[in-house]
Amino acid sequence: MTDTAQRRWSGAWFVVPYLAVFVLMLVVPLIIGLRLSMTRGDLFGIKEFIGFANFARLFADPVFRQTVWNTFYFVLLTVPAMTLIGLMLALVLNHQARWAAILRAVFFASTVLSVTVVTLIWRLVLIPEGGLAAVIAKAIGTEPVAYLSEQALAMPSVAVTTIWWGIGLPMVLFLAALQQVPRDIYEAAALDNASRMRTLLSITLPSIRRTIVLVIVVEIILQFQLFGQPQLMTGGGPNNSTRPVVLFIYETGWKQWQLGYAAAASQVLFALIAIAAMAQYWFSSRKEAA
Amino acid sequence: MAGVRLSRISKRFGDVPVIDDVSLDIEAGEFIVFLGPSGCGKSTLLRMIAGLETVDAGGIEVAGQRIDHLPPGARNVAMVFQQYALYPHMTVRENLAFGLRNARVPAGEIAQRIKDAAQRLEISPLLERRPGQLSGGQRQRVAIARAIVKKPALFLFDEPLSNLDAALRARTRVELAQLHQQLGATMIFVTHDQVEAMTLADRIVVIHEHRIEQIGTPMEIYRRPASQFVASFVGTPRINLIAVKIAEVDGKVLARLPDGSTVSTGIPFAGLSAGADMTLGLRAEAIRIGDNTAGLRGTARVVERLGDRTLVHVALPDGTLLTAEDRGDSTLQPGEPVGIAVDGGAAHLFAADGTACHAGAR
Repeated sequence: MTDTAQRRWSGAWFVVPYLAVFVLMLVVPLIIGLRLSMTRGDLFGIKEFIGFANFARLFADPVFRQTVWNTFYFVLLTVPAMTLIGLMLALVLNHQARWAAILRAVFFASTVLSVTVVTLIWRLVLIPEGGLAAVIAKAIGTEPVAYLSEQALAMPSVAVTTIWWGIGLPMVLFLAALQQVPRDIYEAAALDNASRMRTLLSITLPSIRRTIVLVIVVEIILQFQLFGQPQLMTGGGPNNSTRPVVLFIYETGWKQWQLGYAAAASQVLFALIAIAAMAQYWFSSRKEAA
Repeated sequence: MAGVRLSRISKRFGDVPVIDDVSLDIEAGEFIVFLGPSGCGKSTLLRMIAGLETVDAGGIEVAGQRIDHLPPGARNVAMVFQQYALYPHMTVRENLAFGLRNARVPAGEIAQRIKDAAQRLEISPLLERRPGQLSGGQRQRVAIARAIVKKPALFLFDEPLSNLDAALRARTRVELAQLHQQLGATMIFVTHDQVEAMTLADRIVVIHEHRIEQIGTPMEIYRRPASQFVASFVGTPRINLIAVKIAEVDGKVLARLPDGSTVSTGIPFAGLSAGADMTLGLRAEAIRIGDNTAGLRGTARVVERLGDRTLVHVALPDGTLLTAEDRGDSTLQPGEPVGIAVDGGAAHLFAADGTACHAGAR
């Protein structure tokens, strides 16, 4: 090997550890999954290669179509709300004061809980017999509502639970971004007679635009993978109204043993997340170029 | 154009005083420089005038109107920041227009003012660029243009040249002086660089330990420093300070150096007491290298050739080091014995509390 070639390839050793894990844990399973999705397979092995039959069956399956819609609906309920609420909390709590530090910790605290604890708390809040929501409803003189058994309210309830659980991440990302904005820019804006609203719109938001995009992309990817909350709170009901794609994959694969069919559903979810994240990224980078 | 009056203003950060009972009158159209070492409170004083810091006590007036209770944007002042503080996501044009739009200046006038300021500061080709695409010097011009377009009653500069390289700093200094002449506006400029202060100021306000130490024209500050601090802070090389005992000769002060040699000064003796311990202040140009027959004798230790003049660090027999001046074409070598002649008419004398006596009137 010549000297230059050796120098060029010696750098590869620094990448190898990461690359090995990446290939072994992500690329290989992805390929196996792709192959699996084109077979009729169960836990005892692959029975036969059937091409795109699994995908054709998926798109004809009303339950699967319902889970795709549910997932989109959930993403729509959570991602904009998390971005907005996270941003508002960060704006309010971006102070040196002690009360702000305490509240930052309080709002972030829910993030460290496991999905089991979070759903347990919210089931206790939402149950119509003696739950917190029911107590409040009675106190203001209205009938308690069975949030998790009403088809129209179940998914919004799951969404509220999720926002409460996950609001810490967007909040700290926004806080970090806000603290990066140089203080003298705000001082220049104050001398430029900018109102609070004008400062927010013309100085703060443009300065943290990259973080806003980051939060949206991260949250889209996270929320498309909704699973534990409906599994534990509603079991996917009532009438499939809270059944997301991942729960469908789980049940098809590990309860009905249709591994090929479940793998095909996974590929669809993968494509959906990739398209949604890329669309968001493309949209915001196009705006930046303009 | 507007005058500025600071009346007994004070400011504390917790227990630490930052500005201690400062009063100052600035004439309309004057170029005032706040000069002082880091941490003396000069920037805080400027920021109090801008409205970026609150005033604990006292009042600030601009053009006869009390402004210290107004928000920064309502004070009709413009500020150029040390780090420029341009809005990074806006073009240069948007940066200049931002304040005018907030003040609801009509669009046509905004465009005209931007055009004028851009021409004046030679940034017209940069108007559609963003600050990130500009060099430090260009950003500085944009920051100055952003102040000019507002046509403020008062310009504030917070160490605006400290981020520029030496050549650009000198050029921008000259341009700022020209700008002041053209606009005739009242300007307050904060710096710790005495060269900037000397070259730009109509009057210098020397600030030391949260108080005003001296107010005066650059030459007053240089020739008649009010205290030992001012004398040692202003002037390059640093003024020579020598512990002396004083005596009276013909009504003037005779200073006796530690090695026993004497320097006769033009400082009137009246009010001083013979034998008192004081500090003699001599600038390098008041100590000339002469022949070996001159008054004091010593040995050249270090010779700094500056081209137009030569600075010689001379050790007196008792080890006292003095900085003296020689001609630019001096051939003096380190180690050579030298005689030095002191211009007693340019001497200063400082009491133990730092107060000063000068030749001429006291």
